[in-house]
Amino acid sequence: MYKLEVQDLHKRYGSHEVLKGVSLAAKAGDVISIIGSSGSGKSTFLRCINMLEQPHGGKILLNNEELKLVAGKDGALKAADPKQLQRMRSRLAMVFQHFNLWSHMSALENVIEAPVHVLGVSKKEALEKAEYYLNKVGVAHRKEAYPAHMSGGEQQRVAIARALAMEPEVMLFDEPTSALDPELVGEVLKVMQDLAQEGRTMVVVTHEMGFAREVSNQLVFLHKGVVEERGCPREVLANPQSDRLKQFLSGSLK
Amino acid sequence: MIFDYNVIWDSLPLYFGGVLVTLKLLLISLFIGLLLAIPLALMRVSKSVFINFPAWLYTYVIRGTPMLVQLFLIYYGLAQFELVRESALWPYFSNASFCACMAFAINTSAYTAEILAGSLKATPHGEIEAAKAMGMSRIKLYRRILLPSAIRRALPQYSNEVIMMLHTTSLASIVTLIDITGAARTVSSQYYLPFEAFITAGAFYLCLTFILVRLFKLAERRWLAYLAPRKH
Repeated sequence: MYKLEVQDLHKRYGSHEVLKGVSLAAKAGDVISIIGSSGSGKSTFLRCINMLEQPHGGKILLNNEELKLVAGKDGALKAADPKQLQRMRSRLAMVFQHFNLWSHMSALENVIEAPVHVLGVSKKEALEKAEYYLNKVGVAHRKEAYPAHMSGGEQQRVAIARALAMEPEVMLFDEPTSALDPELVGEVLKVMQDLAQEGRTMVVVTHEMGFAREVSNQLVFLHKGVVEERGCPREVLANPQSDRLKQFLSGSLK
Repeated sequence: MIFDYNVIWDSLPLYFGGVLVTLKLLLISLFIGLLLAIPLALMRVSKSVFINFPAWLYTYVIRGTPMLVQLFLIYYGLAQFELVRESALWPYFSNASFCACMAFAINTSAYTAEILAGSLKATPHGEIEAAKAMGMSRIKLYRRILLPSAIRRALPQYSNEVIMMLHTTSLASIVTLIDITGAARTVSSQYYLPFEAFITAGAFYLCLTFILVRLFKLAERRWLAYLAPRKH
C-alpha cells in the first residue's frame, strides 16, 4: 500500500503546459528525490500535491484516500471539500525554500502553532513536543528567537521542526537548501538524512546530487514536465540513459 | 505683555474637566473606530468586487470630506429631518457628546481600515502559504496569522492616527462640548485672554501627545520586537 500516490498530474499556466502527466508513488519510508533543471516543473509538481498550485488533471491519494477535486471556471481543479483538503494538508507537512516561518512568532511559537490550532493538541503537550523536535534539529537554544534574528540554517531547521511537530504521514521538501549559504547547507542536509534514516516518508525537490544519491531510494528526473528517467538513485546517476539527464548531470556533478 | 498666571491657575479645574472630556471622546471613538475598522479592512482586501466596493466607497467618502463637515452633518444636519426628531434615537442624536463620538468613530474607522488593509496586503506571501500547507482554514489563517501580524505592523502608522484623532477631538468644542479646547474658549471669552487660554490648551495637548507617544513606544517594543535588530 502506498502512503502517497500521485497519478497523471497535469498543470498549465495559460497555454503553457508545465506538467504533462507526472506520476509518483511513495511507500512508507520511501525517500524520493526529484531533480531537474529550473523550469522542469519539479517545484510546481510538489506544490500541486498539497494544492498550493491547482493542477488541471490527475489524482492525489494519501493513505488510499483520494482528494476529491472539481474543476473550477478556469479549468483548474480545486478541492471539492475544503475540510478534506485541510485534513490532508495537515498530514502532509511542507518545508519551503524560503523557510516561510511566521515572522511575528518566536521559534517555539512557530512550532506549536499548527499542532494547537489545527490538530487541537493541548498547549502543554504541544510545548513538550516542540521542545523535543527543536532539540532534535539542534536549535533548542534558539527557541525564544524570532525568525529575523536567526541564520538561514537555523530558520530552516526550525521550519523542519514545525513540520515534524505535525507528525505528518509524508513530508514535502521544496528545495530546502537552495536559499542557504554553502556552509549552512550541510546542517540542514544532516537533519534530513537523520529523518530519512528514521524511516520517514519524504518527497524532496533538490539540487543536492549528493543527497539524492546517498539518502534517497528513488530518483525522479523531470524535464519539461515529463519524467525522463526514474529509478534507484545510484544506478540512474551512475548510468544515465537519456541525453537530457546526461546533459543535466554533466552540468551539475563535479 | 504679562502672562496672567492667576487666571490660568484659577481655571485649572475647568481645564482638567476638559482633559476628561477629551479623553472620553478619544477613547470611545478609537474603540468603536477600531471595531469597525477590522471588518472594513478585511472587506478592503477581498478579491470580490461586491465585498470590496462598499468598503472602498465608505473609506473614500469619509477620507474625502473634512471631519468638521461630517460632524456638522450629524449634529445639525440630521436634526432637520422630522423622522429623526421623532424617532426613538432622538435623545442620542440631540446629544452633542454622542454625535461627536459617532462622527469621530466613523472618521477614524475609515483611516484605520486603510492602514490595516495596507498592512494586511503587505503580509509575506510565503507565510500565508505555510499556514495553508499546515491545513489552516481561512478563518484560522486570518485569526492566527494575518490579523495578528498585520495589526502589529500597523502599530507605528496607527499611533500617528491616534495622535491625529487626539487633536481632531478639539472640533468637539464647536458643538458646545467643554473639552480642552472648549475650556480654553470659555476662559478666553470670560477674561479676554486668548493667548493665555489657548497656550494652556496647547500645553495640555502636548502632555497628552507625549504620553500617547510613550505608550506606543512601549507597545512597539513589546509587539514589534521581531522587526527590531537582534540584541543577543
